[in-house]
Amino acid sequence: MKLKSFSMINLAMISVVLLVSCNGNKQSGGALGTSDAASQVYVAPGTYDEFYSFLSGGFSGQLSVYGLPSGRLFKVIDVFSQDPQTGYGYSEETKPMLETTHGFLPWGDAHHPELSQTDGVPDGRWIFINDNNSPRVARIDLTTFETAEILELPNSAGNHSSPFTTQNTDYIVAGTRFSVPVPQTDMPIENYKGNFKGALSFIKVDPETGRMHIAFQILMPGWDFDLAHSGKGPSDGWTFFSSYNTEEANSLLEINASQRDKDFIAAINWKKAEEYVAQGKAHEMPGKHFDCTYNEKTHTASNELRETVQVLIPEECPGLVYLLPTPKSPHGVDVDPSGEYIIGSGKLSADVTAHSFSKMMKAIENKSFDGEAYGMPILKYDEVLAGVVKSGGLGPLHTEFDDKGNGYTSFFISSEVVKWKVGTWEVLDRAPSYYSIGHLSIPGGDSRKPWGKYLLMLNKITKDRFLPTGPELCQSCQLYDISGDKMKLLLDFPTIGEPHYGQSIPADIIMKNSKKIYKLEENENEFAVKGEGETKVIRNGNRVDVYITTIRSHFAPDNIEGVRMGDKVYFHVTNIEQDWDIPHGFAMMGNNTSELLIMPGQTKTTVWEPEMPGVFPFYCSDFCSALHQEMQGYVRVSAAGANTPLRWWTGSAPVEE
Amino acid sequence: MKKFNRSFWFMLSASLLLVLVFFFPIWKIILQAPQYPNGIGFYIWIDHMSGITPNALENINLLNHYVGMEKIIPESFPELTYFPFVIGGLILLGLIASWMNKPKAILTWILIVVVLGGLGIYDFYQWEYVYGHNLNPMAPISIPGMSYQPPLIGTKKLLNFTAISMPATGTIIFVVSTVLAMLAWFFSKKDKKSLT
Repeated sequence: MKLKSFSMINLAMISVVLLVSCNGNKQSGGALGTSDAASQVYVAPGTYDEFYSFLSGGFSGQLSVYGLPSGRLFKVIDVFSQDPQTGYGYSEETKPMLETTHGFLPWGDAHHPELSQTDGVPDGRWIFINDNNSPRVARIDLTTFETAEILELPNSAGNHSSPFTTQNTDYIVAGTRFSVPVPQTDMPIENYKGNFKGALSFIKVDPETGRMHIAFQILMPGWDFDLAHSGKGPSDGWTFFSSYNTEEANSLLEINASQRDKDFIAAINWKKAEEYVAQGKAHEMPGKHFDCTYNEKTHTASNELRETVQVLIPEECPGLVYLLPTPKSPHGVDVDPSGEYIIGSGKLSADVTAHSFSKMMKAIENKSFDGEAYGMPILKYDEVLAGVVKSGGLGPLHTEFDDKGNGYTSFFISSEVVKWKVGTWEVLDRAPSYYSIGHLSIPGGDSRKPWGKYLLMLNKITKDRFLPTGPELCQSCQLYDISGDKMKLLLDFPTIGEPHYGQSIPADIIMKNSKKIYKLEENENEFAVKGEGETKVIRNGNRVDVYITTIRSHFAPDNIEGVRMGDKVYFHVTNIEQDWDIPHGFAMMGNNTSELLIMPGQTKTTVWEPEMPGVFPFYCSDFCSALHQEMQGYVRVSAAGANTPLRWWTGSAPVEE
Repeated sequence: MKKFNRSFWFMLSASLLLVLVFFFPIWKIILQAPQYPNGIGFYIWIDHMSGITPNALENINLLNHYVGMEKIIPESFPELTYFPFVIGGLILLGLIASWMNKPKAILTWILIVVVLGGLGIYDFYQWEYVYGHNLNPMAPISIPGMSYQPPLIGTKKLLNFTAISMPATGTIIFVVSTVLAMLAWFFSKKDKKSLT
C-alpha cells in the first residue's frame, strides 16, 4: 500500500515534470528551439542580411541602419544632431543644415523613419524622419545614406504625427502634437481653449529631386495630433490624424486630457485641399521657416528662409475634414494594406477600434453626423465602425500588417504584441515584449505590400535583459519570426538612443544603388583641389585658407609655416582617393570644433583658431593604410605681427607665397 | 574558280578577324588581396589601358608606390601608339595574302604574325621586368632581394598580393586568326596539289 502510494506520487511528479517541460518547450523554445532561433538570425561572416532596418535614434537625433535578421549595426546617419565623429554640424559645409528660425540647433529628437513609396510600396529612394522637438522633417538619400534636406515647419510645436507618406510620396504629412498660438504671440496660457491651434502640414515632395516644400497647412483646433497615416488603394487621397486632448486642457494633461470617452481621428481629404488651394481659398500667413539642403556635388549645405505658408481653415472649406470618434485618446492610426480599414488604438483602452473607409464614405454621403466641432462634421461612431479587436491587453499603441491578412498591435502597458485577423477582429496569438513596447515594425508593414517575415518590437525598457551598465541602460529591439501561425522570439539586440520607430526594406532594393565613392572630377566644392599640384595656402587678412589633400599616406601640404596668432585657419581637406572604403580623417591638435571624416572624392572644411604660438601637429584619424601613423603634418604658429613667411610643402622644397 | 576557294575564304576570315582586336583587350593583370575580394586589375588594349573597375589603374599605382614601383602611365608606352598600325598592317598583308591565295604568301603571313606575336610577348615581359625591378630606394616598404615582376602568364604571390596575368579576348582572337590562316595554308597546299 505504502509502496503503491509512493509510486503514485512518483508518477504524478513525473507527469508534472513532463507537463512543465512541454510547456517550457512551447514558451521559450527550450534547448532545441533556441538553437533553431540562433540559426534563423545567424548571418554567416561575409554574407548579407536580408533586410535593411532603419531605426530612429529617438533622443539621439539620428537614424541608425541595422541588418535583419542579425541585428547588426552598420551606420548611424547624422540627421538632427551634430556629430563630432564625422564633423556633421561642425564642418563649414554642414553647419547650414542645422539652421532654423530659432538659430543653429545642435540637437533634435528623431522619431519616425518613413520610406518613400511608389504605388504604395516602399521604393528605397529616400527615407524621411521627423524632429519632434523643433518641428522639422529630414530627407535622407539612400544612395549615399546622408541627409539631403531638412525642412522646418512653422506654426507647429512637437512635430509628432510626422512624417508619414501618401502612397506615391505626393506628400509627407506632419501634424503638431502641441498646439500653440498661430501665429505665435505672447498670451496667457489659460487662454489655450479656442485660441491655440494645431497645424497639419502637407509637404510636397518633388518626384525627381525629392526637394520638399510646404504645399499647405490645415489649421485645426487646439488638439494634440498624435500620429497619422495616409489612405492607400481606395482610400488614397485621404490622410488620417489621431488626436487626444480634444478637451483642450493646458495643464495636468494626464488627467485633464483623459476625461472624454472618445477623441477624434481627423480624416483629411487632401485632394479636396488641393482643389481649395487651387481656388485660392488658402490664406497666405506669415510662417518663417528654413529649408536646408545638402548638395552632393559641392558637398556643401545651404539654406533659404521661406517667409509665408498657405493655410486652409476647415470652417471655410466644407468637405475637407471629417471627424471619426475613437475611444480613449487614440495614439496610433494605421491603415491596412487594402486601404479599407483605419485602425485606431485608444491608448487608455483594452480594445483596438477599426473604422471602415467605405462606411465612412457612405456616412459622409448620408450626412450621418453626430454634431460638429469647430465646423467639422463628427461622423456617427456606429456608422463608421467596422469592428473592435477585444484584445485582452491594455494600452494599444500601433498596428502593422503582414501579407496574410493579419494585424499586429503593440500594447505598451501590458507589454506585448497581439496578432489578430483583419475583418473578423479575432485574436490569433500574443507575444510578450521585454519590456514596454512602443512601436512595432514589419518590413513594409504600413504599406500595400508587407514582407511579412519578421516583426520588430521596439522596446523602451530593458531592465534585466542585458549586462547592466549603471543606471542608464540601453533600449532594445526584439525580433520575432511571424512567418508561421505563432510568433516566435528570435533575438534581442540593443540600439543607439531610443529606437522610437523603424522601417525595414528588402536589402536588394537599396544595396544596388549604394554609392561607393564620390567622383573627384564631379566635386564642385568651392575649395576643392583635384590634385596635389593644386594645393596651396592663401592669406587674406586674418583668414588663412589651406587647400589640402589626403591620399595614402600623406597630406599635401604637410608642413605649413606663417600662421600667426589671431588667424582663423580654414583647412579645406579634399580626399583625392577614388577607391572604395578609403576615407581619411583630419584632426588638428587643440581644435575646438571636431575632426573631419572625409569620404573619397569629398571636401570638408574645419576652422582652427590657434590659442598659442608653437608648432602643432595634425594627423589622419581614420586608420587608412599601412603608413597611417606616418600620415601627419605640422603647422607653425608665430606671434601676432611676426614676419614668418607663409610657406608650405610636402617632401620637396617649400612653396612660398 | 580558284580565286574564291576555301583557302581564300579562310585567309580572308583570318585577316578580317583581326579587326576585332581593336575592340577587345589583349591582356589582363589582376591583383588579389584580402582588402580586394574581387581583385583590382586592368586591361591592356592595343592602344590604351583601362581599369576593370573605375579608377583601378590609379589605385594600383597608389598601392605600388609603397614598394617603390614606378607609376604605370599608359601614355608612356610607345607601343600603344604604334600597335594599331601594326595590326592594321597585318590586316592589309592578310588581305593581300588572301588575294594572292598562294601557300607561300599565306605561310609568310603566318610567320610574320608568329614573329610579331613573339616579339609582343617579349616586349610585355621586358616591361614587366622593368616595373618589377626598377624600384625607388626611398620606398617605405623595401624588402631586400624582393622584386615585383608580375608573371607573364599565370599567378604569382607578390607580398600580400596574388598577381594574375592572363591573355584576354584580343589574344584569343589572334590565336583563332592564326589557326584560320594555318587552315588556309593547309587547304591552299592541298588544292594546289590536286590541281597539278
